[in-house]
Amino acid sequence: MKSKVVDKSIVKEVIKDGMHVLASGFLGGGTPKVIVDEIINNNIKDLTVYTIDASFPDNGIGPLVASGNIKTLVVSHIGKDPVAQDKMKDGSMEVKLLPMGTLVEAIRAGGCGLGGILTPTGVGTEVAKGRQIINIKGKDYILEEAIKGDVAIVQAYQADHFGNCVLRGTRINSNEVMALSGEKVIVAAEEIVDHLDPNLIKIPGVLVDYVIQEEM
Amino acid sequence: MDAKEKIARRVALEMKDGELVNLGIGLPTMVANYIPDGIEVVLQSENGMTGLIGLEGKEADPYITDAGGTSADITDYGAFFDSALSFALIRGGHVGATVLGSLEVDQEGNMANYMIPGKLIPGMGGAMDLVTGAKKVIVAMTHTAKGAIKILKKCKLPLTGMKCVDMIVTELAVFEVKDNYLLLTEVASESSVEEVLSLTEAEVKVADNVKTF
Repeated sequence: MKSKVVDKSIVKEVIKDGMHVLASGFLGGGTPKVIVDEIINNNIKDLTVYTIDASFPDNGIGPLVASGNIKTLVVSHIGKDPVAQDKMKDGSMEVKLLPMGTLVEAIRAGGCGLGGILTPTGVGTEVAKGRQIINIKGKDYILEEAIKGDVAIVQAYQADHFGNCVLRGTRINSNEVMALSGEKVIVAAEEIVDHLDPNLIKIPGVLVDYVIQEEM
Repeated sequence: MDAKEKIARRVALEMKDGELVNLGIGLPTMVANYIPDGIEVVLQSENGMTGLIGLEGKEADPYITDAGGTSADITDYGAFFDSALSFALIRGGHVGATVLGSLEVDQEGNMANYMIPGKLIPGMGGAMDLVTGAKKVIVAMTHTAKGAIKILKKCKLPLTGMKCVDMIVTELAVFEVKDNYLLLTEVASESSVEEVLSLTEAEVKVADNVKTF
């Protein structure tokens, strides 16, 4: 099997201005640092980024928010990142808020071949505005359309040369759903190994296009 | 005892043995410190863990954080899983109780805690899913905010959830949310029914046998 392990310069070859990027991580844990750094260093602009939260200014997706390379951030929480809040207020970055469970499940649906999901979360709130409400057996649900990305950037605890990934602890978070729903998938692995126990794999290598060495 | 400890201690009495519980950031997290002897709950952290516990002096493991991004630990019977499963647990009715702070709550059981338009825009995070999916939603908050009334006839801020709150615990009172009114069931030993009513805008009925706490 041909190895998918490549140099980090692949990031600028795959991610282009204006792309939709699915980024894993929860308050920094599980966000691929080397890929975020490469996007910033190569000034890849006008990105639409889907991620659980804006993290803190100095870790996770925070530095990418601060760099000004994100045009639209689709996210459930920006409370720990005052830079993201300032950019939202002054209009320099569009922020679209979705409930965390809805965001994750809509992205999962994107990679599952589904058109969308029906969720009771947010019925009667601002997130229901402009969305179709469907009543099933007497209960209202919001129709949330599925989300797909041009590219998913994820982080693994370990990856093999085929791209199979083992994840660890609370850094598992959104890595699996992001990998499922990106047209191209780049994994930053903390450790690249020759073989992994197939029983422990969380992201099967068939989903992965490139593996690079994470730089923590 | 300060107001937050008083609230946390009272909420802790609502915990049921064996239940999966999700505690919000801040005051709700303090509830874990006061769970009565003999009651064991499993705490969920929505970033992907059941069996959440504090570090309690242990060395931090960089692979374990709570939903606030703080280093945490996991019990011997805990489990890690991905975000999709974490929210399947939440929306799917597998969480017995959630405890959340709030900016406003009203007599219909609506609550608003995720934004003040033009001022504070942290986002809802997992709160909208929690108030929708948890079997029991407990709002734990100070009764007023710098004198401003928070328990209203109708929330003014954008809602986190519609008709979702089951119980409100403040440092002054405990309410059950009924059909378009609040039932005052307990009053703090430091307070009185009169004081509680004067600091509450919502329609309140006073229970026949109001207890003190």
